[in-house]
Amino acid sequence: MGTDEIVERIKSRFPDDVLSVTEFRGQTGITIHKKNLLAIAGFLKNEADLNFDLLRDLCGADYLNKRAPRFEVVYQLYSIKNKHCIRLNVQVSQKDTHIKSVTSLWIGANWHERECFDLFGIVFDGHPDLRRILMPEDWEGHPLRKDYPVEGPAVEWKGYDEVLKKTEEYKQYQWYR
Amino acid sequence: MDIKQMPAIDKDTLKSENLVLNMGPHHPATHGVMRLLLELDGETVVKCTPYVGYLHRGVEKLAEDMTYLRALPLTDRLDYISSMTHNQGYCYAVETLLGVEVPVRAKFIRTMVCEMSRIASHLLWIATHALDIGAMTVFLYAFKEREFILEQFEALCGARLTVTYPRIGGVRNDVSQEFIDSVYDFTNYFPSKVDEYERLIDRNRIWFKRTRGIGVITAEEAVNYGLTGAALRGSGVNYDIRKLFPYDAYDSVDFDVPIGTHGDVYDRYRCRMEELRQSNRIIRQCIERLPKGAIMTKDAPKVTLPSKKKVLTSMESMIHHFMVITKGPINCPKGEVYVATEAPKGELGFYFISDGEGKPYRMRVRAPSFVHIAALPKLCEGGLVADVISNIGSIDIVLGECDR
Repeated sequence: MGTDEIVERIKSRFPDDVLSVTEFRGQTGITIHKKNLLAIAGFLKNEADLNFDLLRDLCGADYLNKRAPRFEVVYQLYSIKNKHCIRLNVQVSQKDTHIKSVTSLWIGANWHERECFDLFGIVFDGHPDLRRILMPEDWEGHPLRKDYPVEGPAVEWKGYDEVLKKTEEYKQYQWYR
Repeated sequence: MDIKQMPAIDKDTLKSENLVLNMGPHHPATHGVMRLLLELDGETVVKCTPYVGYLHRGVEKLAEDMTYLRALPLTDRLDYISSMTHNQGYCYAVETLLGVEVPVRAKFIRTMVCEMSRIASHLLWIATHALDIGAMTVFLYAFKEREFILEQFEALCGARLTVTYPRIGGVRNDVSQEFIDSVYDFTNYFPSKVDEYERLIDRNRIWFKRTRGIGVITAEEAVNYGLTGAALRGSGVNYDIRKLFPYDAYDSVDFDVPIGTHGDVYDRYRCRMEELRQSNRIIRQCIERLPKGAIMTKDAPKVTLPSKKKVLTSMESMIHHFMVITKGPINCPKGEVYVATEAPKGELGFYFISDGEGKPYRMRVRAPSFVHIAALPKLCEGGLVADVISNIGSIDIVLGECDR
């Protein structure tokens, strides 16, 4: 099935949810509203002629000061049987950073969503185990957000402070006597 | 206390509870810094929880602050065992984004060195995987050929592991005749070496016991977990990016994709061993068909660096060099692309969002190891604790890539 047909299928089934369709370098992306994400994702996965069974990638993006809904969650889908792919861009606003989890459809989304939560602070409702994954559990802030400085936060991470304190503490011992 | 005074054990009140075992982060079999929390009932794994992130360096964040060219060496540090393929994946993604066409000779060279890198990666995998399970000899044999490949890389570009040899728009320098001759000579005898490795471990009852029927994952489950590469093909799914979305010279070389049936550790092992032979075939064809011509594209002057000789002699080239390094490509198109390549571990995807600046607005690395570790509980739970080691080896992970 061609990409145009896939887009038409989604548009005819969910006319109100498709916000825009972008095409660049032969890749098609569909921007949708997050409200009906689970229904659209389930439709894409379970319809026999669409059958997007492989979630190749799931990641977040931050459009601070560039677009009105600040965040986007991007799904790269592929169908092994039908050999076609599509990209879903789901908009998430800064006020309400909640979005439905797709782990019920693709188990592989589990860790991707945890990473997205860790680095962007997007909360996936219905996720079985939403914890930080790459950063330490007590880390503050979400590093891949655009307002997070590249060189790191001004206030040092608690864990590192503890190490520094310990180093100071051990200085009281005289090793050479 | 005297032993006679000890109270008799009442068997009805004896309690048993699950043992929580911490494996790692510095366990030799985790192939890096990964921690597994295993809940054991006797020797059976009831629950397995992987913890990753010990090697997180924020590659994606760093790349947002660099031009496309300067972010390239970061990709060496993802999968440091096979940095060629990661450089290639990155370069191919940027070329797709910018619409740069690579000369045919560069395509063939890239394909050749990447398959060499795949062989080196698979050799390291079979060496350590067999060592973990208890077959030590193959480790020494496999490292001999891996060493040869790394020496060739050193002769080619000066680095053994972090090569940065593929560049956006081509490759860094041309291959010499000595390089081609020695690699061609290598492809003559390498298949017999693969037979040798297989002789060492294949007709071995212990190897069978440790691999057959262990860590079984069905095709549907494997797809649902998002497994790719040999881990997915071992379950019988024909999914190889080199065939489905051919890049570089893969559409002009002839090779087969080995597919397993059972989805266990043994099938994944067999798939990778066959891939060694197929990679050898690809390298031979690349050398035999290597066309003459340029190794760097000329139609994208805003991306590629001028030659060093020109930089030192001509003012314009020096300014050009400075601009490419500091500003990145000018008139970069706006848009987003997801470009996948077949790394030795699985599908390596680069997702770029470009806002027209010389830097990537967002770079996302879809690392196969990350996805594979996420599926580790599925493989381990219900099995024996000793099989956890087989399972980790069979999904072929590298933590630098997982944690990014």
